[in-house]
Amino acid sequence: MIDKKYLLTTEQMANFVADGYLRFDKLISDELNKAAHEEMESGVIVRGRGGTVLNDVWDDDSAVGKVFGTPEVQGIIQSLVGENPLYDHHAVHIVRPQNDIGQIWHADAIIDLRMHFDIQFFYFSHDTPREMGGTMILPGSHYRRVCETDIARYQNFLGQLPIACEAGTLFVVHHGMWHCAQPNLTDQTRYMFKLRLNPTVRQCQLWNTDDIETAPIHGLLGRNHRWYGNDVRLEIVNRIKQWRFLIGDESFDVGYWMSRLENMPENAQEAA
Amino acid sequence: MSELRQKLLVLHLHTPDLNSSVVAWAMYDGTGEKRHTTGDSETPPYNSVMEAMRDGWRVIQFPQQFPAYPGMEYHTSYLRFEYILEKLEEI
Repeated sequence: MIDKKYLLTTEQMANFVADGYLRFDKLISDELNKAAHEEMESGVIVRGRGGTVLNDVWDDDSAVGKVFGTPEVQGIIQSLVGENPLYDHHAVHIVRPQNDIGQIWHADAIIDLRMHFDIQFFYFSHDTPREMGGTMILPGSHYRRVCETDIARYQNFLGQLPIACEAGTLFVVHHGMWHCAQPNLTDQTRYMFKLRLNPTVRQCQLWNTDDIETAPIHGLLGRNHRWYGNDVRLEIVNRIKQWRFLIGDESFDVGYWMSRLENMPENAQEAA
Repeated sequence: MSELRQKLLVLHLHTPDLNSSVVAWAMYDGTGEKRHTTGDSETPPYNSVMEAMRDGWRVIQFPQQFPAYPGMEYHTSYLRFEYILEKLEEI
């Protein structure tokens, strides 16, 4: 088990549940960024078979293997999907120079009903200013039940988040996150390394829970995203269910949203 | 002799009320003048469907409203209050 100083906090976990992502700017060293960038450019990164233990996919010389082996990234992984997750797949996403059309909005894979969740890393090994893209995500979209490119008719949302960042930045997102690659208006090719991981253990309090009594969980889980419109209360229900799963407490509530719905007394009133 | 081509504006609203605020939007330009794409603007072109109508856009589709399917009452999916508007422009 990794030192708990590398694990996520309860507050970060609540943000992940509310927003569907966490952001880590410049987390990876310049040296590793350059090495990983070279691997992406040369196309030498070994591709594992879906369901392989992550630690068995890349050898000790692999730069991307080293990126995901750093204690900082291991702490993120262990907090969300446990110590020995499975490699699902990876992809080197490439956007050629002077490509002025964005990718269509999509969620990866297919409709996924699980409370158990996979995570996806978006790793940017080089500086990615807005004119280079990068990937656009839609915070709070991760519990929406859609099948891949069913959402391709949409173009813009209030609160959409273009990932413009410096080299070494990682995003980790819930598997349901809506996203799309953005146009690259520069003269350089843009790379982004995506890695999907599956849990192998029950996702219950895997993070550093030292702040579980003090973190402002209710406020975080009640956060609005402006594009929700009238659906914000339904999204809070989604988060309550996810948080109950994560902490192992079926009585947890935000406000009174679930308690009201679950109040179905069956006992007969006693005569006075 | 000029011909007409259709521009489509898709507005997603906070509530079904045509005066309510826009939370998402898309444009499809049949004149060929511009190709809109994902993430190409941070603010909606209009604040409501009513505002777009006052600027000459014609509403051609209302979102139908159905009660939730049993068991799906608390599920979220697509944006529900989607209005499609058009303008015809000469080319």
